[in-house]
Amino acid sequence: MAIETPPATTPTIAPPEAPARPLPFDELRIVGHPLPKVDGLAKTLGQTKYADDLKLPRMAYGKLLRSPHQHARILSIDVSEAVALPGVLAIITGKDLPHKYGIMPVSQDEPALAIGKVRYVGEPVAAVAAIDEETAAEACRRIKVHYEPLPAYMTIEEALTKEGEPIQDYGDGRNIHKFVSYEFGDVEEGFREADYIREDLFFYQGNTHLPIEQHACVAYYAPDGKLTLWSSTQTPHYVHRELAAALDMPRSRIRVIATPVGGGFGGKSELFNHEVAACKLAMLCGRPVKIALTREEVFYCHRGRHPVLMKVKTGVKRDGTITAMHFQSYVDGGAYGSYGVASVYYTVTLNTIVQQIPRYKCEAVRVWTNKPPCGPKRGHGLPQPRYALEIHFDKIAHDLGLDVVDMKLRQAVRPFSRTVNYRRITSCALRECIEKVVEASGFRERHGKLPYGRGLGLAASAYMCGAGTAIYWNPMPHSSAMIKLDRGGGVALLQGATDIGQGSDSVMCYLAAEVLGVRVEDIQLLAADTDFTPIDLGSYSSRVTFMMGNAVVEAARKLRKILFEVVAERLGVPPERLTAANRRIFVRDDLTQFVPFDEAVQLAEARYGQLVAAGSYTPPKIYAPYKGSTVGPSPAYSYAACVAEVTCDPETGAVHVDKIWIAHDVGRAVNPLLVEGQVEGSVYMAIGEVLMEEQDFRRGLHKRPSLLDYKSPTAQEMPEIVTFLIENPDPEGPMGAKEAGQGPLLPVPPAVANAVFDAIGVRIDETPITPDKVLRALDNARAGKPARVGPERVPPVQFPPPIKPEVPPEWRHGIPRPEDYPDPASYTQYVGGSGL
Amino acid sequence: MMRLPPFRYFAPRSVAEAAALLAEHGPEAKVVAGGTDLYPNMKRQIQTPRVLIGLRGLPELRGIRGTARDGLVIGANTTLTELSQDPRVRQAYPALARAAGQVSTVHLRNMGTLGGNLCLDTRCTYYNQDYEWREALTFCKKRDGTICWVAPGSPRCWAVQSSDCAPVMVAMDARVRLVSVRGERVIPAAELYRHDGIDYLTKQPDEILTEVLLPPAEGLHTTYWKVRRRDSFDFPILGVAVALRRDNGTVRDARVVLGAVTSAPVLVEEARALLAGQPLTPELIDQVAVKARVDYARPLDNTDLTMTWRRRMSEVYVRRALRELAGLPVSEYDLPLKRPSIN
Repeated sequence: MAIETPPATTPTIAPPEAPARPLPFDELRIVGHPLPKVDGLAKTLGQTKYADDLKLPRMAYGKLLRSPHQHARILSIDVSEAVALPGVLAIITGKDLPHKYGIMPVSQDEPALAIGKVRYVGEPVAAVAAIDEETAAEACRRIKVHYEPLPAYMTIEEALTKEGEPIQDYGDGRNIHKFVSYEFGDVEEGFREADYIREDLFFYQGNTHLPIEQHACVAYYAPDGKLTLWSSTQTPHYVHRELAAALDMPRSRIRVIATPVGGGFGGKSELFNHEVAACKLAMLCGRPVKIALTREEVFYCHRGRHPVLMKVKTGVKRDGTITAMHFQSYVDGGAYGSYGVASVYYTVTLNTIVQQIPRYKCEAVRVWTNKPPCGPKRGHGLPQPRYALEIHFDKIAHDLGLDVVDMKLRQAVRPFSRTVNYRRITSCALRECIEKVVEASGFRERHGKLPYGRGLGLAASAYMCGAGTAIYWNPMPHSSAMIKLDRGGGVALLQGATDIGQGSDSVMCYLAAEVLGVRVEDIQLLAADTDFTPIDLGSYSSRVTFMMGNAVVEAARKLRKILFEVVAERLGVPPERLTAANRRIFVRDDLTQFVPFDEAVQLAEARYGQLVAAGSYTPPKIYAPYKGSTVGPSPAYSYAACVAEVTCDPETGAVHVDKIWIAHDVGRAVNPLLVEGQVEGSVYMAIGEVLMEEQDFRRGLHKRPSLLDYKSPTAQEMPEIVTFLIENPDPEGPMGAKEAGQGPLLPVPPAVANAVFDAIGVRIDETPITPDKVLRALDNARAGKPARVGPERVPPVQFPPPIKPEVPPEWRHGIPRPEDYPDPASYTQYVGGSGL
Repeated sequence: MMRLPPFRYFAPRSVAEAAALLAEHGPEAKVVAGGTDLYPNMKRQIQTPRVLIGLRGLPELRGIRGTARDGLVIGANTTLTELSQDPRVRQAYPALARAAGQVSTVHLRNMGTLGGNLCLDTRCTYYNQDYEWREALTFCKKRDGTICWVAPGSPRCWAVQSSDCAPVMVAMDARVRLVSVRGERVIPAAELYRHDGIDYLTKQPDEILTEVLLPPAEGLHTTYWKVRRRDSFDFPILGVAVALRRDNGTVRDARVVLGAVTSAPVLVEEARALLAGQPLTPELIDQVAVKARVDYARPLDNTDLTMTWRRRMSEVYVRRALRELAGLPVSEYDLPLKRPSIN
């Protein structure tokens, strides 16, 4: 008998049982322990096979010819000289791939190879397959493309004001992709109630993911008409869907396998041109085709952090209590949609989950520009407003002479509450995080008192544990797992999540091994294969531990129940007295009574036949009565706080981060070693963003598309990091776990900026904080001007009138008392299949 | 992946054989030692020699000979790691150890050689790019084109001399030996370089730089300060090398050299006159530092960070270098400032 999950469409409208923990924590033998990664040794020994390591018999090599123009009409493409080159196997252009695709259903705007016109330097125009890379590259050079240049728009301002043909022919206006406009509560009333109102402008520069592994893929079209794509991707499921659209082929004939990913950070989260091209070329030339991108090409793929210009106005009471906020963001999207619709929402919709904001007006616009498309990068859409807001509040505390720690604690959102824009907050250790870093760093004693040139800064943040809604609307699970037990004691775990270095393969093995009472090495894992592993939407929005973790735990618990049933009978004890660990199922208070795991499997298999179980996770539906409310809800939010200590050299303007204290509310650390690694990695990436990284362009070209010239920190720039994992188990997370991969990035950039102010009294209201900007701010101060460098104005944009949803009842009269919040169960609909 | 263009490779057994091969193959040929500069440039097709003459196997070019008292002789094949770790160099010529020890990363220092670093191709953000990037912009005059994107009106190329060791050699007044089938010559390091981003060496195409002759170290005080964004990996965007000879408290001879501000190391000539016969006082140091910025540092916008900032830093870092040699605190601010270190 196969044990199956009930159909996921059957809703069970009930909150999870409390406590929703499958195991008493004191019995956890794997979860919570610093075990090695399951794939660590192979990676360390150089034995892991990445996409570019794959080699199939008769394999050909593909190359893309890319646009040298920012914006131009394609008048003609002549491939005759390229075709004539010996060794060339196939050449394709836009007309061979007429179907556009896109990750968001509302932005199906990208051709695999340009059709009609090109929109950024580096956009693919043609693709060649040849017997080797040199021949393919030479063939690309022989393709003659005639272009008619069009006016190019390289900045938000240019896109909005310069005359000429717009970049895209759809969206919310000329060169405008998307508007967002809401008002929750009467902000004007809120400003009237304020004792103090402050307005600031900030700019957060674009930056890129910079994974060490460059994108690569191999496509194979088998004689039976089935297509297989091995690719370095974070989202095999979405690649599968989009590839079917791009190639106009049924998904049942396409298999996508995510190879081990050498870093993603959001940059491999959708279908890319080279993947479509490799598939099409493989189909045409009857050979497997590999395309491995150069570093430069990875910069042209981009999908990284959106440059965002922000204007924020906040009214506060004398003690820092917020009365109203008006937030505007101007988002530089690049040439295509990518995840942009979600990104632009994220720049405004989650600004309410850190500080309690009783009235909130937000306006955002995503603008097309002739640059590689921006998309999701670690922290997707949140680092920009976090930078603005945490500096803005630091300034407010300074203006009002308030203790910034006290103000932050006073403003902090409460656990098990709801925001004015209907974001459901469950477990929340924000206060604990703030208190921890403040205490450890001696912030209260040292802030404002260090010698000139040295300073401390504080900031706090929150992030999602997975998007509560899928990218394409559907009522099905977001993650599913299947476990098959072997009578020899082996455990096969099939699950669709993709390990991009964050450790999801390990986490899933730990969870399955914990519940089944086997060792981690007993688990055989098959991951991220659209033909053979159950669904997972992908490694994005910090969703995998939470969502796939719940699915794996559910599948494992089903099998545990059956094994306990047969073992209980054999030992003559009730199943409640049993527990499992170390390949034994034993009586909890009598270790001499046990059945080895493999024998238990054999007993169960004799009774039920093959032992297979599936688990699924569907996020709860969180009620919010307005259009657009589906971007931002998450089954849980992680919280973080950071104190940065810096030294600023007043003669050079150089900023050095000396030490970081960071506390992260992780719910529960499935593996504290890996969680600390995620926190440290986030700090690393954040330091690059705040001090160095710039996605900047010159004459339409990316200024520095190389690992040498695109400045990202080395180990030398890394400060000492003191990490505190705040374990405050989440009621819906697997064994209480929340996310760790993205949230810890968010508080670091503003903490560094606030520390620079504490050190030398200047505000750098735009990233990166480069030495020349620091010196300019010091010069401004000496000249009697504001000691600041940052944007001075916003472009002329007429936002549409805001949607004004009715605010939740508890917010009608300002900030609610804790007892005013309704029971979250009253506005949460749990859907069947969540493995709690 | 970016592929190397095809080339023929010769592995001569002696300098004479190498020189003969170089003469035979003419301008199509280049010598290669560590390859850390040349091979990446070849992948980007900014240098495309059809013939490479490998110097790695030449024992004559290895090793450090002599004594600090008489002046060391350093074979061109000495790796930057060997150089930075050699006790004689560290003790008697610390600026050279610092410069060599701060080139790029440890991996590249293990491969890269002193000769290669001194002959490093000049660099520019419009030049050190792949073929397609340069083609999209339209090629610059240093390779395949006619325009200089840094200074479009300029008749010359402004690519930047980015060697760490070059300004130190010029400051110390070291000499280099150049060997060809026509014979050999020894010239001062300063005369190896030219203020032209394309034709940046006076070394003839058929000449091989075989060794570097350091001056006697007695009374020599040297330092090197490297400015770059990151403490590893990056080329200098400013280098300040200083070599002083002092009698008791007064300066006998002083050479202050700026690296990475233009296409050749820049000797701050007036520093010598300003400092000669004087004690190294903070006031005098300030005077020299201001002079370096105002009259000598002319960076353009073709490396990392802004040219205004880099120019301003020439004053700050000349001051810091001289104050270090004077035994003064390097900055008026009492901060734990990073000091250049020998890696």
